[in-house]
Amino acid sequence: MIPSELKPPQFSGYPPEASKLAANYISALQRLPLSFVPSLLREVIEFDFKFPAEREALERELSNLAALSPEQVHEWFGPFEKIRLSSRLESLDWVNSPALFVEQFSAHLWATHQLDAFRAAATDYATRLHAVVPPEPPAMPRLGIAVVGQGVETYDQPLFRKLRPHGAYFTHLTPENGLQQLLDAVAARATAHPEPYAHWYVDGGEAAPHHKSLTCVSYHSLAPARAALSAKMRVEIERPGMGPEALRTLLAQMRPADLDLGKPGDAVLDRFQVKLLTEGSGTQIFSTTFAQWAAREALRRAQPLTLLVRFAPRQRQKPMNELLYGNQSSVELDFVGSLVDADLGAYYNWLNQQRLTGAERSSFVVWFEGHNQALAIGPSLQGGTKSSSPGDLRQLLAWAS
Amino acid sequence: MKAHYSLHAAPEGFRIAGDSSSTPQERARQLAYRRRDFLRTAAGLALGGSLLGSSPLVRATLAPKKRKVVVITFGGGARDQETFAPEGQENIPHLMTELIPQSTFFSQVINRGILGHYVATASLATGVYETFNNFAAVPPENPTVFEYFRKDLKRPASDAWVVAPSNGFNRIGGSSHRSFGPSLGANVILPKHLLTAATAPSTDYEHLLRDNYETPLYTPQLGGGEFELQQLESILKLSVDDFKARARTLSSPDELSVYVVRQLMRQVAPSLLWITMHDIDIAHAGAYSLYIDGIRRTDRLCADIWKTIQTEPEYAGNTTLFILPDFGRDSDEDSGGNGFQHHRTGDALSRTTWMMALGAGIRQGMVFDRPLQPTDLVPTIGSMLGFSATLSQGSPISELL
Repeated sequence: MIPSELKPPQFSGYPPEASKLAANYISALQRLPLSFVPSLLREVIEFDFKFPAEREALERELSNLAALSPEQVHEWFGPFEKIRLSSRLESLDWVNSPALFVEQFSAHLWATHQLDAFRAAATDYATRLHAVVPPEPPAMPRLGIAVVGQGVETYDQPLFRKLRPHGAYFTHLTPENGLQQLLDAVAARATAHPEPYAHWYVDGGEAAPHHKSLTCVSYHSLAPARAALSAKMRVEIERPGMGPEALRTLLAQMRPADLDLGKPGDAVLDRFQVKLLTEGSGTQIFSTTFAQWAAREALRRAQPLTLLVRFAPRQRQKPMNELLYGNQSSVELDFVGSLVDADLGAYYNWLNQQRLTGAERSSFVVWFEGHNQALAIGPSLQGGTKSSSPGDLRQLLAWAS
Repeated sequence: MKAHYSLHAAPEGFRIAGDSSSTPQERARQLAYRRRDFLRTAAGLALGGSLLGSSPLVRATLAPKKRKVVVITFGGGARDQETFAPEGQENIPHLMTELIPQSTFFSQVINRGILGHYVATASLATGVYETFNNFAAVPPENPTVFEYFRKDLKRPASDAWVVAPSNGFNRIGGSSHRSFGPSLGANVILPKHLLTAATAPSTDYEHLLRDNYETPLYTPQLGGGEFELQQLESILKLSVDDFKARARTLSSPDELSVYVVRQLMRQVAPSLLWITMHDIDIAHAGAYSLYIDGIRRTDRLCADIWKTIQTEPEYAGNTTLFILPDFGRDSDEDSGGNGFQHHRTGDALSRTTWMMALGAGIRQGMVFDRPLQPTDLVPTIGSMLGFSATLSQGSPISELL
């Protein structure tokens, strides 16, 4: 089937809001090439479980597509039209399984050496969309915070090397009560600008007590879900005929209830957490990977105004099968390795924050937990500088803003 | 296949990256120049060019039938910032101070194929961009270097060997091509498989049995051609007990591979030996410190193999060593990926790598910037050893001949 043959009843299997959204824009979808539409439908089908920022962006994108003239459609999607698809891809049920189509389409692009052409087409499309539908500026300057090195008593290697060119390195801060000061500051921002999913707290271990208005995700709280996932994977891996791609497809189809999550309350956050575990590589086994990936996905999807990420020590490396299936009661932790992981994770958090709107006004702080070293990036701080000024974490946030 | 793009419902900065100011070719060239500059600064190497033609005198001293070639794939791919960039050189002290000064270095090897480890390594071995499913236990479709070598030069099976750590590589020794095939292929040793066969379930060896990180949850079934356990004794002159005892002292799958390689060189002395390293690919689990550990270990093991080449009588003075990654990893700047963790974006950094050649017939301390492709390796080895890689897509590298 090709997109021009799309009809509203074909979206009856979508969740209610997604079905309505697709039907509303069916005439826009019918004009687009098959090399493009499934990746759009992959987002549409998840509409009911998307964060507000994602919903808004998707609706604006669809609205723009509907407003394009035939000439503009030709101009915008000409490069996508040139992508050659196989008859096998065309025969897939890409309406009801767009993610599966995209997965196989990716493989097709690699195998047929069309990846660069697709990249160029996609980049061009993104640039055009950005020009026509620029994202809204944030309601307040964004703040990112990373807390690294939990449990490390001494570390003599330089920290924050990748971030230092962009901010001020502080060496004489007072660490006492630092985490609480950071949590208080995040809570104050959430109270001042109460928007759903706008203020996040991600913890790679067990979350500290925090304000109820924060959206909180922690590695510790997902232990039952991780155990359920491991058990399901163990069963599936041993099933005859199971391969890595089939397993990946199966993971992508998991829902909160499959992992003992789907309790009444927050279906959007539950779905987000399931995706962290089923789509993130290594998030099931290393808490540092979990924290970094959770931050990345929160920034990409929810576009929060505030994000505090506290990294925690991960377990030591063991064979992958043992990490997945092993006895978690005998976990041995790698404190220094986790600090190295988190140091780079903090850099990635900052990079990802800077990809959002309002980057020039945003601030970022990374603190070596329990120690007097931190780095702050902000509009009023000069990059590549070093300061021995005394102060606490509260003061540091003020300097960074 | 793993390649994922956020075309939709993501903030602008998270869409497919693209430095609109330069083409992929320009970015690859910039990478190469930067790598060349790093080397020139750090190792005092000379820039090669048109003044440096081939060296028939050097070549004439080597009788073709005695010459040996060893290929090491610098396993799992590593980026410049963790290797050849100033901040990364601390991770590769052996390459920087011991091997590169003795080598001819190519700073721009561009992989235009599929960036999956098995299919990319198979492409290296055939000189053709293979397009099979990376996760399937299938042989390459085109003749491998081992088949050309054995067929053209009428060499016995004992003269071509592959040592690979991942079970997924068990079919790489011979192709499915009807004019060649496994009967003309290389022996393949999978040390992890060997260790599994040699040991009862025990925690003593788990650190050496880590899985294929690209598909950490799944290992293809082995089928045909693998090195049999009883050959440990008959060919490698190793008792199962000695093998187990030695394995207990090693810390990673690649260390186990190099131990087997040394034994193979000493007992069998094959003329064509291919070693696939893989420890670095732990990066897929997202723990940066483990990725760095993998690079440092691989650096050390490459130097160990070079020392073995220089000290083993069958190899000393008549062996050419090639070291090259199968491909790189995603850049931090490409929002379609997650930095070092994967190689999914197909960006310039993940496609552009390097190659060094050292030993018999190779000029020392040379750096060449012109773009090569990994498919050039097989015809180059063919020119060195005296066989013709008729179906290869690549060309012999004149600077090495």
